[in-house]
Amino acid sequence: MTTFVARRLLLLPLVAFGVTILIFALLQFLTPAQRAALFVTDPRQLSQIDAIIRKYGLDKPVHVQYWTWLKQLAQGDLGWSQTARMPTSTALATFFPATLELTIYIFIPVVLIGLWLGTKAAVRKDQFVDHFSRFFAISLRGLPSFVWGLIVLMVFYGWLNWFPPGRLSLDADLFVKSPEFHRYTRLMTVDALLNGQPWIFVDALRHIVGPAMTLVLVEMALIVRITRSSMLEVLRQDYVRTARAKGLAEPVVINRHARKNALIPVVTLTSLIFVGLLGGVVLAETIFNYPGIGKWGAEAAVQLDIPGVTGFGMFIALVTVVGNLAADILYAAIDPRIRLQ
Amino acid sequence: MDSGVGGRGSGVRTGTALVVDRTPDTQPLTPSFRARPQTMAGLAWWRFTRHRMAVVGLLVVAVLGAASALAPWLSPYDADKPQLQIQLRPPSPVHLLGTDDLGRDLLTRILYGGRISLSIGVLAMTLAVLMGTAVGAAAGYYGGAIDNLLMRFTDLMLSIPALFLLILLTLVLRSFPIPFLRGGVLAIVLAIALLSWMTVARLVRASFLSLKEQVFVEAARALGVGNGRIMIRHILPNAASPIIVAATLRVASSIITESGLSFLGFGVQPPTPTWGNMLKNAQDQMITAPWTAIFPGLFIFVTVIAINYVGDGLRDALDPRHLR
Repeated sequence: MTTFVARRLLLLPLVAFGVTILIFALLQFLTPAQRAALFVTDPRQLSQIDAIIRKYGLDKPVHVQYWTWLKQLAQGDLGWSQTARMPTSTALATFFPATLELTIYIFIPVVLIGLWLGTKAAVRKDQFVDHFSRFFAISLRGLPSFVWGLIVLMVFYGWLNWFPPGRLSLDADLFVKSPEFHRYTRLMTVDALLNGQPWIFVDALRHIVGPAMTLVLVEMALIVRITRSSMLEVLRQDYVRTARAKGLAEPVVINRHARKNALIPVVTLTSLIFVGLLGGVVLAETIFNYPGIGKWGAEAAVQLDIPGVTGFGMFIALVTVVGNLAADILYAAIDPRIRLQ
Repeated sequence: MDSGVGGRGSGVRTGTALVVDRTPDTQPLTPSFRARPQTMAGLAWWRFTRHRMAVVGLLVVAVLGAASALAPWLSPYDADKPQLQIQLRPPSPVHLLGTDDLGRDLLTRILYGGRISLSIGVLAMTLAVLMGTAVGAAAGYYGGAIDNLLMRFTDLMLSIPALFLLILLTLVLRSFPIPFLRGGVLAIVLAIALLSWMTVARLVRASFLSLKEQVFVEAARALGVGNGRIMIRHILPNAASPIIVAATLRVASSIITESGLSFLGFGVQPPTPTWGNMLKNAQDQMITAPWTAIFPGLFIFVTVIAINYVGDGLRDALDPRHLR
């Protein structure tokens, strides 16, 4: 177990190097002038493109540029992100908590509703709940997630004005930035409660509901499907029949005996969803103008913000590797039949 | 009852079809008026037609494909030429699905868009399956260091958010003067394919790992068949079922991915229509002219669902273990 974890953790630096080399190599296909264009903020500077290329060494061979970047990294400097207008490391620290918070608010309803609906569908196979949940899952997969986002935005912001886009309203934002407000966890809703400001909690929550609702709809379909098939598999097994033969009440058989074993594949899936959400909420964050890491990463890619893009790619890859490792450990912890080696 | 059918390597190749050696007791217990076909492909087709939704899905895809392919002959309108005097007309007998913000016939643009969207789906799928199969086959067959290297690279590709890498890749590929197909279609196809071969590679590797230990591979090797031929002619046909199913579903997800890219402004560039960029362009008029958003969305929806049902049907048809 310990060696397994250690070996997987040794992969971390490899992944970090791999991802950054990949991104660096990709960007080398652009001409130095294209890459220098990012630093131009004023049309008058266009004449200085050559000077910019020389200053940032954009015409040097790729390994020289990568080496310069590595030397900076060794000093904890990920470079200046032009899109975020702050150092890349600060940008990661600023945007990641917002995404983490959003992910938590997506994850909890996805798991709770998904498990409940999946179990119901399996227990009442071929009845209304089953057909409904399957139809629901299939229709959600039928449209790109940004369409669902636009529909949510149109209904709940355009018509009802319940859930505005962005992170906070103006007055709440001003208060949060004042010295009176302490950032304990950097998760806005948690900090609001810790500061004893329920109105900020409500305000932050209203801004999260839109993107969260969109992604809950999209992500839940998978959980329902896997829970259902896993549950059907377990319900066929002998020990469930034994439990029923003993005269146990049906809820006890379902909830205490069957569901525990049916959950094993679901746990892996949910942890993968959690990790995926941390890096993959680009579209929802963009639609709802939610200042998370996905929106920033997409902007950085659009503007070819090289330090931003590289830093984002490396960070998300590391989060993914750590997350998958946690999923594996969790998997072994709940299922004693699995031994990690 | 089907467990004996199509067991790996249990067939004898005659011509193009695998003939399965069947004993009488594996005949279906339920009486059937049609005789069950005796070839592998015939059997798969027979099982596929049992899946009603899959057949409907196949028909829908065929009709959509044919209508898109025949668009220039089906529609009397020009797909690109703006006609500003008839902007945003609602559906009418003249313009069956209405017109868009530049007065172009919406149905015509949807049909032309279908050509691009469906081509992107099919081309990206083909490339992704070819790449994934090559990587997976090499990794699974040779094992050892090659397997390790290829699979770590696959893991690496999977650990970067796809959409983010897609944007970068599209930007880079766009800067090359790639001819063929307007609006940067080929760049999109390449970018999508380069980011979706990983799941296929994992599937193929898993199949190859178990198949290479089978006796028929050993027999082929004993006869002096080379590695390449063993992989392509002997193992690959036995690993085809999961690849075919994954490939089908990949077409649908490529169409969805293209529309997501279009939404962020990186898809195929207007005026070349795709369902994705039509949907994006309709965003501003969603309230005043809902048909400009609803119809392209509906075509994506119907196509993706139809393809997913075909995929489900194929899974049941090709892998009897899933029949429950």
